[in-house]
Amino acid sequence: MTEAPALELRDLRTEFPVRGGVLRAVDGVSLRVERGRILGLVGESGSGKSVTGFSIIGLVEPPGRVVGGTVLLEGREISGLPPAAMRRLRGARVAMVFQDPLMTLNPVLKVGTQMAAAVRAHDRVSQRAALDRARDALAIVGIPSPAERLEAYPHQLSGGMRQRVAIATALLHRPAAIIADEPTTALDVSIQGQILAEVRRLADETGTAFLWITHDLAVVSSLADDVCVMYAGRVVERGPAARVIAAPRHPYTAALIGSMPTGHEPGARLPQLVSGSPPREADGRPDPGCSFRTRCPRAAPDCARPPPEVYFGEGQLALCHHPLGAPS
Amino acid sequence: MTGFLLGRLAQAVLVMLVMSVLVFLGVYAIGNPIDVLIDPAATQAMRAAIIRQYGLDLPLWQQYGHFLGNVLRGDFGNSFVFRIPVLSLILSRLPATLELTVVALLIAAVLGLPLGLWAGYRPDSRLSKAIMAFSTLGFSVPTFWVGLLLILFFSVEMRWLPSGGRGPAGALGLSLWTREGWTYLLLPALNLSLFKLGLLIRLVRAGTEEVMGSEHVRFARAQGLPERQVVGLHVLKNIGIPIVTVLGLEFGSTIAFAVVTETVFNWPGMGKLVIESITSLDRPVMVAYLILVVLLFVMINLAVELTYGFLDPRVRTR
Amino acid sequence: MNREALLDGWREYRRSPTAVVALAVVVVIAALALLAPWIAPQDPYDQSALDLMDARLEPGSVGSGEYVHLLGTDNAGRDLLSAILYGLRLSLSIAVTAGAVALTLGTAIGLTAAYYGGWFGAVAMRIVDLQLSLPAILLALVLVAMLGQGVPQLMAALVAAQYAYFARTAFGAASAERRKDYVEAALSTPLSGPRVLLRHLLPNTLPPLIVVVTVQVATAISLEATLSFLGLGLPVTRPSLGLLIANGFQFMLSGRYWISVYPGIALMVTVLAINLVGDQLRQVINPRRRR
Repeated sequence: MTEAPALELRDLRTEFPVRGGVLRAVDGVSLRVERGRILGLVGESGSGKSVTGFSIIGLVEPPGRVVGGTVLLEGREISGLPPAAMRRLRGARVAMVFQDPLMTLNPVLKVGTQMAAAVRAHDRVSQRAALDRARDALAIVGIPSPAERLEAYPHQLSGGMRQRVAIATALLHRPAAIIADEPTTALDVSIQGQILAEVRRLADETGTAFLWITHDLAVVSSLADDVCVMYAGRVVERGPAARVIAAPRHPYTAALIGSMPTGHEPGARLPQLVSGSPPREADGRPDPGCSFRTRCPRAAPDCARPPPEVYFGEGQLALCHHPLGAPS
Repeated sequence: MTGFLLGRLAQAVLVMLVMSVLVFLGVYAIGNPIDVLIDPAATQAMRAAIIRQYGLDLPLWQQYGHFLGNVLRGDFGNSFVFRIPVLSLILSRLPATLELTVVALLIAAVLGLPLGLWAGYRPDSRLSKAIMAFSTLGFSVPTFWVGLLLILFFSVEMRWLPSGGRGPAGALGLSLWTREGWTYLLLPALNLSLFKLGLLIRLVRAGTEEVMGSEHVRFARAQGLPERQVVGLHVLKNIGIPIVTVLGLEFGSTIAFAVVTETVFNWPGMGKLVIESITSLDRPVMVAYLILVVLLFVMINLAVELTYGFLDPRVRTR
Repeated sequence: MNREALLDGWREYRRSPTAVVALAVVVVIAALALLAPWIAPQDPYDQSALDLMDARLEPGSVGSGEYVHLLGTDNAGRDLLSAILYGLRLSLSIAVTAGAVALTLGTAIGLTAAYYGGWFGAVAMRIVDLQLSLPAILLALVLVAMLGQGVPQLMAALVAAQYAYFARTAFGAASAERRKDYVEAALSTPLSGPRVLLRHLLPNTLPPLIVVVTVQVATAISLEATLSFLGLGLPVTRPSLGLLIANGFQFMLSGRYWISVYPGIALMVTVLAINLVGDQLRQVINPRRRR
């Protein structure tokens, strides 16, 4: 157990300047993903889960910027690295896959050209050798006749196929961690199931750690080992996926699960929660209290104070004054 | 594809027909070239002979019928002023105009691409703001006025370059082969390029900004591609197709705008010829010029539309 | 458009200091052009008042009129400052009038095409597109060649070269609105068609048309000057800016720069200022990437 986790975040904070203040998109997020494990990062849109992903690889859209915290990749601090050093890590040791497979590939470049460029961004090999590696990566993610696919333009491939190409591209350099930003949301359910199975196998076989960002708890329950629930830029609950879903402790997690469609079919959109929406208003002063209290059915006056960390055993943790069930 | 092609061809023919009627009517409805052509002291018989020779006594529609038939045979008649066949007169001026136009477009492309790329890549930098100011200036300031300023500075003040005229024409009727040719060509080409340069900078910048904000550029960066590659591969390839298209389409309008530059720099091309022909009421030259330029225009547009399909893989492989 | 929207627009406009300066310049130039007969030292179109003895005086010299020619005189002995003020007046009035006519004509065509749609709309817009693909200077050349020279002819050429832009813009905005449910609903009521056209379609085309108007007025000024410079525009006795520049051109090589340069500067500043205003208006109306 002395091996460092593939990816670890400590108190990561990312802000966006907005009219009359700053928006704390990521507000002190801590999490860790071990080698070969899959961590589901769950939350509504606007909860800061995607920004967390981009903060890790240093690609937060300006004027947003990472203002604090630490990112450790295989035990080595990568936050605050100069841009050139960060670029050498990006794609090589930590990769990212995006939500919309229709948008992530350049429509006017062949698949092979794009993948070979990704190979040669880090390794000085010939174009031919790069294409060979691209072809092998396509085979690994289960794409039939990969050599032909290299010659294809993205529009000639289906959405699921394109997302496999994106995942294969992320795998090219066998990174320690892959951040996947809702990569199956735009796909239909059967394709999604295939890709999730493929990812599970890749994590087990290659030892790659996945940070799987999603708003879909059904995906988490079928894929992830562990789960982190985010709300308004903060982690409100985390623990083993099966345990958190079976017995949520934070009222927000409970609400998320309660809103899941029965039958747990993956791919179903998250319906509107209880009432209201996550606080997005930026004001000058930070609010130390629980951000969910404005929508929480269990809210009480003491929720305006910083929520305590409450442990429930087996690594399950909720940040709440009034969690569901008794702490261990 | 064949249907599309035929439709476009039919449309091109239609434009040419409409244009020919318009041009013919327009040009033959003004002034009275007889007064210009014929010595007032000429006898009545001489007058009549000349009028008959040029067909100026026929009704208008008959004149048009003749005109159209002749045009289709490439016969635009003789210039009233130069007294030689108009087609060969215009064709003899064509190389000068073409070399001016092509060099101007090359200047616009060679300068506009990097400037526009930078302005789109770093839109908030000081240099980008300067580039954009220059671009606004480029298409705000009338071409002839910039031409005068260029002459005032480079010819009158600094005495570096000649103020007008053209160097000796060599092979293919072009003056590009000698150093002297270039000293004459440089200022007019620069003058003609400025408007297109301003346009191109805006276009490249808008394209670059759009591509830089796209998901696939973000994905390329997430793969650790160096910025040089992000711009060189992703941005250039994406904006390349529309830029080539626009350059093609602008070719025709640059030829039309060469009228102004040629007049300012006394450049012996088609444009200068047509202005002279308008002031001297040399109708056949006016007609032939307008018809030929519109024909050139229609053909260029057609060619660009067709090649566009071959350049863009999304259209090509469908 | 209500007061609030206008105020909001102004607030957005104000964010660019350059654009505010440009707007001020446009206002000043328009005022100078309007007031030219009262503030110009001389009436440059009054041939009898011109004295060839005064021709080509340097800026700052005193001529036979016993006042200082601040910007010198031209080759006909006109006070250049007066000639520029009157030239501005002429250029602006031609451009604005042509712009107004082109706007009306183009909007009418675009709106009608959008309202009726179908093959009528398709054919109308196809013609407009074809015309748009031809450069304005070429159309202007054809028309000037066709109609001869003079103010009405020049205006006709400008209108013909420009109406298509308005038609295209109006058609785009109106046909987008035409497809909306409320317009369909309004059409199914006893409200007459023309009223729907004026009530619902026209107002929606106005914002983009305002932008096109500014750009086209600038283009018209530039085009008019160019045609006059080429000797295809206005008669020599009533010089617009383009003609003043053309007249001075021949003296430029001998060092009498001012005859061309000062009218040229006036022309450049005018066109540039209008274009800058237009650029900012486009930002205000279509804030694609508002920060």
